[in-house]
Amino acid sequence: MPIPAAELEADLRAAFPDAKIVIEDLAGDGDHYRARIVSSAFAGLPRVKQHQLVYAALSGKMGGALHALALETSPAP
Amino acid sequence: MTETAQTDIVSEFIGKTIAENPVTLFMKGTPEQPGCGFSAIVVQILDHLGVDFVGVNVLQSDDLRQGIKAFSDWPTIPQLYVKGEFVGGSDIVREMFQSGELKTLFAEQGMLAA
Repeated sequence: MPIPAAELEADLRAAFPDAKIVIEDLAGDGDHYRARIVSSAFAGLPRVKQHQLVYAALSGKMGGALHALALETSPAP
Repeated sequence: MTETAQTDIVSEFIGKTIAENPVTLFMKGTPEQPGCGFSAIVVQILDHLGVDFVGVNVLQSDDLRQGIKAFSDWPTIPQLYVKGEFVGGSDIVREMFQSGELKTLFAEQGMLAA
């Protein structure tokens, strides 16, 4: 079940207000996205924890409504 | 059997598997025949590095497929474990491979042929 990019971005924006977020719809089907997120929330965290924060922000959509979300996270430079 | 008992059995199986095998990949399909592009990428990287690993096909059981997600607090497959520690899914494994971190990790664990 696809979800619109705007909804994805709104969820991420709510969780990471300071973030730079770039979302790409990889297949044009609303179901395979790539998100690049740069946020101070990731500072000092291992990648697994960074991605877990993102998945938590999407509150269960990942692996459910959303089939694929390639993630690149990094702390603010 | 109650649902709780089933969950316990699955998490016990996962715990035992990652304790007994230095490198475990929970994946869709098998290393010889991956059932998903993301799983295939991680298999290719491990093969390229020459690391011995055990592939566990989560498609064999829905309890396992859901169980590993709960166990790792991670919503997607594949999932790579090294020495009992969750390393990441395909994005993290690929990033770590490209940066050389993954090779270093395996080298530190003495898992690469000299």
